[in-house]
Amino acid sequence: MTRGVTEWSPEPYFLNNVALGVCTAIGLLVFGAMFIAMFRFRKSRGAVAEKWSHNTMLEVVWTTVPVLILIVLAWMSTGGLTSFANTTDSQMTVKVTGYQWKWRYDYVDYQGKAIDGVGFMSKLDEQSNDTRQLRSGLDPNAVKVGDENTYLLNVDKPLVVPVDTKIRFVITAGDVIHSWWVPALGWKMDAIPGIVNAAWTNIKVPGTYRGQCAELCGQDHGFMPIVVKAVSKAEFAQWLAQQQAASKAPPATPATPASPTPAPASTTAAPATAQVATAAKAPGKQG
Amino acid sequence: MAHAATHDHHDEHHGAPSNFFTRWFMSTNHKDIGTLYLIFSLLMFFIGGSFAMVIRAELFKPGMQLVQPYFFNEMTTMHALVMIFGAIMPAFVGLGNWMIPLMIGAPDMALPRMNNLSFWILPFAFALLLSTLFLPGGGPAGGWTMYPPLSLQSNTVAYVVFAIHLMGISSIMGAINIIATILNMRAPGMDLLKMPVFVWSWLITAFLLIAVMPVLAGAVTMLLTDKYFGTSFFNAAGGGDPVLYQHVFWFFGHPEVYIMILPAFGIISEVIPTFSRKPIFGYKAMVFAIASIAFLSFIVWAHHMFAVGLPLGAEIFFMYATMLIAVPTGVKVFNWVSTMWGGSMTFETPMLFAIGFVILFTIGGFSGLMLALVPADFQYHDTYFVVAHFHYVLVTGAAFSIMAATYYWLPKWTGRMYSEFWGKMHFWNSVVWVNVLFFPQHFLGLAGMPRRIPDYNVAFANFNMISSIGGFLFGASQLIFLGVIIHCVFFSKKKATDRVWEGAKGLEWTVPSPAPHHTFALPPVIHDDELAHGHVED
Amino acid sequence: MGQQQGAYFVPAKSQWPIVAAVVMFVTVFGAAHWLNAAPGEAGFGKTVISIGFLGVLAMFFGWFRSVIRESLAGKYDAQVDRSFRMGMMWFIFSEVMFFGAFFGALFYARLFAVPWLGGEGHGVLTHQFLWSDYAAAWGAGGGNGPAHIGGDFETVAPWGLPLLNTLILLTSSVTVTIAHHALKAGHRGKVLLFLGLTVLLGATFVFAQAHEYIEAYRELNLTLQTGVYGSTFFMLTGFHGMHVTLGTIMLAIIWLRVLKGHFNAEHHFGFEAVAWYWHFVDVVWLGLFMFVYIL
Ligand code: HEA
Ligand code: HEA
Ligand code: CUA
Ligand SMILES: [Cu+2]
Repeated sequence: MTRGVTEWSPEPYFLNNVALGVCTAIGLLVFGAMFIAMFRFRKSRGAVAEKWSHNTMLEVVWTTVPVLILIVLAWMSTGGLTSFANTTDSQMTVKVTGYQWKWRYDYVDYQGKAIDGVGFMSKLDEQSNDTRQLRSGLDPNAVKVGDENTYLLNVDKPLVVPVDTKIRFVITAGDVIHSWWVPALGWKMDAIPGIVNAAWTNIKVPGTYRGQCAELCGQDHGFMPIVVKAVSKAEFAQWLAQQQAASKAPPATPATPASPTPAPASTTAAPATAQVATAAKAPGKQG
Repeated sequence: MAHAATHDHHDEHHGAPSNFFTRWFMSTNHKDIGTLYLIFSLLMFFIGGSFAMVIRAELFKPGMQLVQPYFFNEMTTMHALVMIFGAIMPAFVGLGNWMIPLMIGAPDMALPRMNNLSFWILPFAFALLLSTLFLPGGGPAGGWTMYPPLSLQSNTVAYVVFAIHLMGISSIMGAINIIATILNMRAPGMDLLKMPVFVWSWLITAFLLIAVMPVLAGAVTMLLTDKYFGTSFFNAAGGGDPVLYQHVFWFFGHPEVYIMILPAFGIISEVIPTFSRKPIFGYKAMVFAIASIAFLSFIVWAHHMFAVGLPLGAEIFFMYATMLIAVPTGVKVFNWVSTMWGGSMTFETPMLFAIGFVILFTIGGFSGLMLALVPADFQYHDTYFVVAHFHYVLVTGAAFSIMAATYYWLPKWTGRMYSEFWGKMHFWNSVVWVNVLFFPQHFLGLAGMPRRIPDYNVAFANFNMISSIGGFLFGASQLIFLGVIIHCVFFSKKKATDRVWEGAKGLEWTVPSPAPHHTFALPPVIHDDELAHGHVED
Repeated sequence: MGQQQGAYFVPAKSQWPIVAAVVMFVTVFGAAHWLNAAPGEAGFGKTVISIGFLGVLAMFFGWFRSVIRESLAGKYDAQVDRSFRMGMMWFIFSEVMFFGAFFGALFYARLFAVPWLGGEGHGVLTHQFLWSDYAAAWGAGGGNGPAHIGGDFETVAPWGLPLLNTLILLTSSVTVTIAHHALKAGHRGKVLLFLGLTVLLGATFVFAQAHEYIEAYRELNLTLQTGVYGSTFFMLTGFHGMHVTLGTIMLAIIWLRVLKGHFNAEHHFGFEAVAWYWHFVDVVWLGLFMFVYIL
């Protein structure tokens, strides 16, 4: 598991390591005892079965020791969880909306100021999309950005955010449930139509971080990556200004859709079945 | 022996009906119905396994080679539904049907006709479910968890929902029958605390089934009405909540996974003492542990939902409750090891599978415990780490226990010995390849590969290829299993003794092999030293 | 057939289970086909359901006939009787859990989903970003969610028909118990009278309920499609109503069986099973009256 690049992301990382260590240790003990038993007490070595079938002392020990171990683990995770749950004091808000099969990002506020008209769709990049068609004959290994293979992990327009900023994400969806996940940020959060979830991050290292939708959302669930580009505050301010200027010129970006709206046209030919969105909730025929 | 006296002159009337149709379609005999269940579940295991082979073949290397993404999702969904409801659960019911009456000295199940109905619903239910693959709308493709709104986009919701209703009815009737049998049909002297652990595990499992299958029925009924009748249970615009479905589903779903493991615990608790030639360590603790696990299973459901945005208090509560389950489960593992300690062990195929179970199930339990730690689960959730976890507990747990049980009781069912050599071949192949298949999936998950995707970045290529190779070979190893069974049933020359295994204890070993069509028409006289647990005093 | 004296009765081969499996399949297959047919497409769904449904009736008739015959032939000893009792008890438990799922949905919607959408507690952001003009309320003016699905509606007043229905069901529980005591005391006439009364009360309940539904649809604009309020209201009361209907039919059949003298003071499991079922339906109603109508 990656250690991640944010203030919080080491939490799951350490927890994973500790838990793995604990489990390995217990595993070695238990399996060790078992193998010794299998070796020492085999009939072929002339072992004669004993008659006993309990031992109160032992039983008490192996109920209480696990309990103690669990208390430690529980204590550690509670800490991590509590700090994650605190989304207050954020310096920036980004609204993330999942659609079949792309993400929409709307910049809501930055450093206490509301942002107007900065928002865009972000979907699988062209090259990955061509390559991933059934029997396309294209080589996934050839999909690259610089030296990094970005097959299925690149988008046309990444989410740009500043580092050293506590960013609050408000996450929702327009059609079905998706889940917004960038491993380097240390968490995933479901995007649920009609419901808003909150999460936060504070990225410490500038860079490009990739992730994927992590909740089955239909046929192209595997093809809706997430790319977060973390840049310095100065660069971000510049980028933001640019975007704001751009949004004034054309007749504005599509307004934030309110709750279950029909799914945008799919990226590939979907079977007709996969296109009924929640909005098509008109009562079926009832005879 | 009691059975011999009662059966000698009755066998003419009470032997198996000679007419094929009457015998297999109109049966009221627990052994024949048990056999039907077992055959059915084997068939389903192969069907579900073939779906898994499609999955593994597509995932063999990056790029889309074989199937369309939508079909891939159908495969994932069907694979799970068929394995869970078609292979594992019916196998346990089949084992229960065959063995519970034999183990408690009952002439049959308490409600024999209903027993037959429970079985015969299943082939129809699965016909309905599998037929959707061939319908214009396509099969369900929203995962076995069927989360709305996605699952409602499918056009065959009604077929799937009704198939699940049928399976639910079958399971509930099966469970009622098992409870009534255990509580009402024990031979005099077979006190509750003398029952084999397998019988105990089924008693508790049956309770879980009756408690949660109706809840699943309720959940899918709400899907049905949301889809076809315009209700708003899972639609926030109408005041509902998609997450509500997940709560109801997992209130069923979590106990469901224990439904698939408690009978396994029971089986292992029979096999290990037999081949260790030593009574099970801590009999009462074993029973109590099963009961505690069952109880806890009702209050941990939201650990499948840590990423849906639950309130903090809920996350903490469900995390703690989930972690607690490690304690009774640990007790069971430690007791199995202690049973082996100081025994006189031999390693026939059932024992090998039991040992494989203990080790590999425990590994699956460990990853389960890791999943329970919420901050870590924010990373693990919906990745291959979870897939690795549940295949360890389901394949090397539940399925291995079923294989152990098959080898253990096959001689009793058929009167013939299976081929020990090929049994061992099956075991060693399975145990090696299953690890090649599922262990790398832990790494995939940790490296960030989401589950339920038909294609992936090249960074995940190596482990996926290893996993697929393991998958094909594990699948192929199951052909050995099939071969061993067919050989044993039809061709084996080696007669099994009544006791079959030197260390075997319990009523089922006092009847002839093969077990006559009717056993214990009159209750047997029970000698405590015949029983595995005749003398528990703690 | 049958078994030697003193042994548990294990019925010989029977065709009913497999028949039952087939007719159940036919019914749900028809239903699935019907629901799935494209709008406007006729399909054979309805025909198949009808055939399946008739099959189910025939199957019940046949299966119960053989059970009744065996019962009258004295094949069911105390142990068999216990098996039946356990079967019925656990069946009722499963029904309780089935209703539990819908009650769970009701509580969740009322206590969490709707308030959250309205911005309470955990729902602050949801409200702020998606539904800022929604004022949460249960019942009229909010129970159909922020999108106001189904339009304005009113709720059914608890102290009219529902109260009456509560009294009807409570009374019917008393009458069925009187009938039971009468049966145990061997007063057949009294059994018939009170059991008959119970059937009538059950039927009255169903009629009143139907009336209430018509009223709700016509006057109150409260329908199954009225957001989550309508959904929970009609699903809960609807499933309950179906159970009452079924229970009434079962009671009627038991009445006929009493008339035919199938039961005696010791041997009347069929009667008791139906009585238990009736009490269960009654208790569910009390829950409904409390949580669906009053609160
Ligand atoms: C037979 C089935 C089975 C069993 C027995 C278990 C057992 C456990 N499971 Fe698992 N689980 C599944 C089947 C099962 N699970 C399935 C199918 C899913 C995925 C569903 C889906 O999404 O499709 C799942 C998913 C799942 C999740 C959700 C993951 C996610 O989606 O993010 C979690 C989270 O808490 C979890 C936890 C556990 C725990 C704590 C146990 C515990 O019971 C394990 C306890 C055992 C041990 C711990 C080992 C032995 C103990 C000792 C040797 C004692 C000492 C040990 C310690 C003190 C550490 N499971
Ligand atoms: C009891 C349950 C059970 C069992 C036994 C299995 C068995 C197997 N499972 Fe599965 N699995 C689930 C329950 C189970 N699984 C569940 C609940 C899910 C989640 C679904 C979801 O996300 O909704 C899942 C998902 C799942 C996935 C993830 C799919 C995805 O996320 O898209 C994968 C991928 O590798 C997989 C693989 C396998 C394999 C290779 C086996 C093997 O063990 C199968 C071996 C058996 C056979 C292969 C059949 C027998 C042999 C033949 C037919 C002979 C011919 C074959 C050859 C010659 C190769 N399973
Ligand atoms: Cu969006 Cu998966
Ligand atoms: Cu669980």
